Amino acid sequence: MTGKQKFAIGVLAVVALASLGAAYLAPSSYSEQFRDAISAPPSARFWLGTDELGRDRFARLLYGTRVSLLLAPAAALLSTLLAGLIGGAAGYLGGRWERFLTTGVDLFLSLPWLFLLLAVRALLPLNTSPVTSVAITFLLLGCLGWAAPARIIRAGARTLVNSDYLVQAGASGISRWRLFWLHLLPNLRPILLAQFWISVPLFILSEANLGLLGLGVSEPLPSWGAMLRELENYSAVLQNPWILAPVVLLVVVVGCLQLLLRTEESAPC
Amino acid sequence: MVAALLLRQVRRILLTVLLGGLLGATLVRLGPGFGVDERELDTRLSAGSQQAIRSERDRDNNIAVFYFRYLAGLARGDFGFSRSLNRPVSELLKERLPLTMVSLGYGVLAGASTGLALALLTVWWRAPGADLVPAVFSGLCLAAPVAVIALVFLWLGPWIGEASRWAIALVVFPHVYRYSKNQLVATSQWPHVVAAQAKGLSGWRVLWAHIFTPAAPQLAALAGISVSLAFGASIPIEVICDTPGIGQLAWRAALDRDLPLLVTITVLVALMTLVVNSLADLALAAWNSPARSTAEAGTAEVASA
Repeated sequence: MTGKQKFAIGVLAVVALASLGAAYLAPSSYSEQFRDAISAPPSARFWLGTDELGRDRFARLLYGTRVSLLLAPAAALLSTLLAGLIGGAAGYLGGRWERFLTTGVDLFLSLPWLFLLLAVRALLPLNTSPVTSVAITFLLLGCLGWAAPARIIRAGARTLVNSDYLVQAGASGISRWRLFWLHLLPNLRPILLAQFWISVPLFILSEANLGLLGLGVSEPLPSWGAMLRELENYSAVLQNPWILAPVVLLVVVVGCLQLLLRTEESAPC
Repeated sequence: MVAALLLRQVRRILLTVLLGGLLGATLVRLGPGFGVDERELDTRLSAGSQQAIRSERDRDNNIAVFYFRYLAGLARGDFGFSRSLNRPVSELLKERLPLTMVSLGYGVLAGASTGLALALLTVWWRAPGADLVPAVFSGLCLAAPVAVIALVFLWLGPWIGEASRWAIALVVFPHVYRYSKNQLVATSQWPHVVAAQAKGLSGWRVLWAHIFTPAAPQLAALAGISVSLAFGASIPIEVICDTPGIGQLAWRAALDRDLPLLVTITVLVALMTLVVNSLADLALAAWNSPARSTAEAGTAEVASA
């Protein structure tokens, strides 16, 4: 493990622990409104000040980090599972099935990711409860993000299908389903794992984009994306630079994730 | 071989675009709020007029019928009528497409050329830490959401002019820089390049003839990715920068459940993305043999030096 990798893991661990311990670290609830301290600057009571509704920005940042950090991996897991099933099946079955599934992959990839995501999210209900909005946002990320990993997994499955042990297992009379579930998918694990880790920062950024455009998690539940909406007020940012805290944290976390990915990519095999 | 590939690509593009349009139409049709027409709330309309509005809307309820009529209209050059903006879709496209294309053109060109130039410079200048600044900057760009990049350029608008062009350039730049750098570094480790350097060929000659030229076909593939990235980024960028282009139009079409408008934009975006990607694939196929022969010539040149 390199020094950079250790540093990135350390930063991610601190951020994850802080967000999980939000109930203990945050002095108040993310939705509690202090009417006597509206748009207050940082102080001993409110470390990052308060927003225009008088809510503690530090508490919202901790809870928002929890929402983004827990649900992006959940969405990445869903998309990787879908990609594993679709890409794995396409590579394993071959022939007509492969052509059919590859057309589906091409169809999803023909539209740029952000275009597809924003257009589909805008078509779904916007006036929903916070919990429903979280579910919609991350289910959408998971359900739309499978196409690019599926293409890579299909290529991996095609290579495995022609490997000696699978040919031998097939010749021994093992059923095709058993071959797929017990022999093919477990051997695709390294590719699935890599695709999972690639999807996590992508989904964190996508949630932030949705949130900034008002299509992400609904108020009062915080998320990084929802907190970024404060940045739309340019003069407020100039006067209160601590509003930038969610962006800084987001960039640091995504940067650390990418650092881990890059180090993993460049590691000697 | 290139002709066969071309034919295959055209067939694939047509099929994908047709399916993409159908997918877009189905999503809009199934989206909650589809079919709600605020004109029905207009008390000035008579029962007959309201019935006419309802039957006009009911024609779009059957997605297969809608899509068939849409394609038939498309064959005649009729893109349909946008109910939310009360204008023909062709007029809206004519008005907004040039703006987006110019933004994309400038943005992709600026982002890609800066990325490529910095990657070449990094490979040429081999000092330790030479790539520190571009690597950190590209890492920051990759870690920031597109919408935040758009906001930053919106704030800087009064000083830099067209914010959306700069934002697109910054979205494209890190991808081009990182991919190009990796590709060029990998090529620079080929045996004939190492031999050329050992035999004293000038740095620029090695970089241009022995590193860049063999890597060029792989770098051409970046064109497709860059355009696709830029198209995707154009929605949040145009919405935030209030640029009246296709991205903003797509956004409004989705929010207003405007079926003909969203289907047309989906078809258009899919078509453009696929065409650019296919052109990159064709370029790769066409350049593959000359590039290989250049690399072979490079090896011969090194051997004779």
